Amino acid sequence: MNLFVFVKRVPDTESKIKINHETNSIIQEGLNFVLSPYDEYAVEEALQIREAKGGQVTVFSAGPDETKAILKKCIAMGADEAVLIKDDVSETYDALRTARIISQALKTKYTEFDLLLFGKQSVGADSAQVPSMVAAMLDLPQVNVVTKLEIEGNSGTALREIEGAREKVTFMLPAVISAQKGLNEPRYETLKGIMAAKRKEIPVVTLEELGIHPEELAVGLKLTKMESPPVKESGKIIEDEPGEAAKKLAEFLRQDAKVI
Amino acid sequence: MILVYMECRDGKIKKSSLEALSEARRRGDEMGMETTAVLVGHGVNALAPDAFRYRASKVFVLENALLSHYSPSGYTKALVSLIEEIRPEIIFFAATSMGRDLSPRLAAELGVSLAADCIQTVTKDGKLEVRRPLFAGKAFASFTFKTSPQMASLRPNVFPLAEPVEDQGETIKKEVVIPEDQVKDRVVEILKAEGAELDVTEADIVVTGGRGMKGQENFDLLRELTSVLPNSALGASRSAVDAEWIDHQHQVGQTGKTVSPSLYMAFGVSGAIQHLAGMSSSKFIIAVNKDPDAPIFKVADFGIVGDLFQVIPPLKEELKKILSE
Ligand SMILES: Cc1cc2nc3c(=O)[nH]c(=O)nc-3n(C[C@H](O)[C@H](O)[C@H](O)COP(=O)(O)OP(=O)(O)OC[C@H]3O[C@@H](n4cnc5c(N)ncnc54)[C@H](O)[C@@H]3O)c2cc1C
Ligand SMILES: Nc1ncnc2c1ncn2[C@@H]1O[C@H](COP(=O)(O)O)[C@@H](O)[C@H]1O
Repeated sequence: MNLFVFVKRVPDTESKIKINHETNSIIQEGLNFVLSPYDEYAVEEALQIREAKGGQVTVFSAGPDETKAILKKCIAMGADEAVLIKDDVSETYDALRTARIISQALKTKYTEFDLLLFGKQSVGADSAQVPSMVAAMLDLPQVNVVTKLEIEGNSGTALREIEGAREKVTFMLPAVISAQKGLNEPRYETLKGIMAAKRKEIPVVTLEELGIHPEELAVGLKLTKMESPPVKESGKIIEDEPGEAAKKLAEFLRQDAKVI
Repeated sequence: MILVYMECRDGKIKKSSLEALSEARRRGDEMGMETTAVLVGHGVNALAPDAFRYRASKVFVLENALLSHYSPSGYTKALVSLIEEIRPEIIFFAATSMGRDLSPRLAAELGVSLAADCIQTVTKDGKLEVRRPLFAGKAFASFTFKTSPQMASLRPNVFPLAEPVEDQGETIKKEVVIPEDQVKDRVVEILKAEGAELDVTEADIVVTGGRGMKGQENFDLLRELTSVLPNSALGASRSAVDAEWIDHQHQVGQTGKTVSPSLYMAFGVSGAIQHLAGMSSSKFIIAVNKDPDAPIFKVADFGIVGDLFQVIPPLKEELKKILSE
């Protein structure tokens, strides 16, 4: 099996997000960048499939040079190869652009694959669009938000999470899968892996080498304003005897909040 | 024209689709645009009156036996043929699990960008502007569109439903021709979770337990509260899920679900930033925690500093009393 995994470099979920209101963008300084949490499940799943069925795991990411750090982490987890698609354009929050870069890479240079694995959503953009868009561009089946995956020969079955239930989906390979928490338990890097990652050369391909013309990547969403969340007025905090507190809370819900 | 995708589950149009339709009509009236809806599936024709009730002037029905179960590739093909014919300026989806699966595939097929999980839409110079959270609600961004149709998915439970009317509009059936091999991914079965409890994303009231619940068996205390409260669901922090006290379907937060119920009640939840990410857009937030410095109190509208095990039993009785009045 030739398994491709797509990963993104994102600020860790603890990050305090500060905004530069002049440029309508996030202040990068002081942020700690990590492999997007859902992408870890995608990497782990690829490794488990390789262990069960043989094959190769290649990890791709589109981003600036600093992205190499998360690609090295994937190597340290056990991926065979990693490729950086160099893209220095700062975050646009437009999934179409990213999906075009990825699908172009898969149409021109990295055309041999059985399964494309993604995270269900990247931290920050939170758009959950790149996997479906890549599937559309390559005319492949898709299953998003997957918590269980089985591959048998050239077909697969996946469970995907929906409201209050799971959908069982069948599809043929090659296919696009996006990983949800629950799919597996991502492994830690091993010492051996970390050593291997240190030595590993990560090839860099440019957009031009993939035959991408910048004008084709024109961004379709125009960011007009970026703001911090409105500051919430502090609420009413009480420290009464439990029975009394419960009574006040119930009254609050009925009379002030009017929610019950 | 604005076109709104009507998601059908269990023989009904989902409420979140009707919310999206209600919002579409508000924008449509401002922009002088007709507001229409589309149903996709098999035997969904009968649901058109619901869309009229929520002010669609036309309902397009795309039927084909191959589409009786959801398929992102199949549904996309069906929608593309309609959209190329009627050329809407704006397309709305509800940002449900189906909407978030289908809308980006459709957008890519149409070659346009999509703003996902929006929490506000406005008319600006005759065009659409949408607002959506980034970084799980740690920032908010507004977007306009350079591609057409302008496409957005709207977060459930955020947009008010319109007052239903008894209007009748025009139902337009479209023949859908799809070669079988274009239906590449098929839902073959729906497995209902745990006694078909209401999902946290769909509930009006979410009752959440954190590590302070101390054990699996104590979640029964919260289940008793949900049994008293109408249209409520059980939520959990990641710590509670990781301890295997409850299934991760219930997890709220950055790596769980994003909810915006009318009322969010957090018991024994500290309010870590990743938890707040999933619930801070709730309309009212209640917290019970024994630590007066717990960060959850910063977002709470009403907080009780105290032992949840002592607060829950009288609270249940008080709620029962009030709800029976
Ligand atoms: C990448 C990443 C993603 C994450 N995603 C999520 C996510 O999606 N959702 C999520 O929830 N977390 C998430 N987390 C974890 C998050 O950082 C916190 O660890 C978690 O939310 C803490 O859960 P908790 O509040 O239940 O537990 P704790 O932080 O341990 O808090 C327990 C609280 O219970 C109170 N308490 C104890 N006993 C009682 C009692 N008898 N009565 C009243 N109060 C009591 C304590 O005072 C304390 O405040 C994520 C973390 C990371 C790194
Ligand atoms: N720049 C990128 N490079 C590689 N993969 C990406 C990139 N951006 C997003 N992805 C993949 O697409 C998934 C969903 O991202 P998003 O649509 O941005 O929420 C991520 O979890 C990654 O697997």
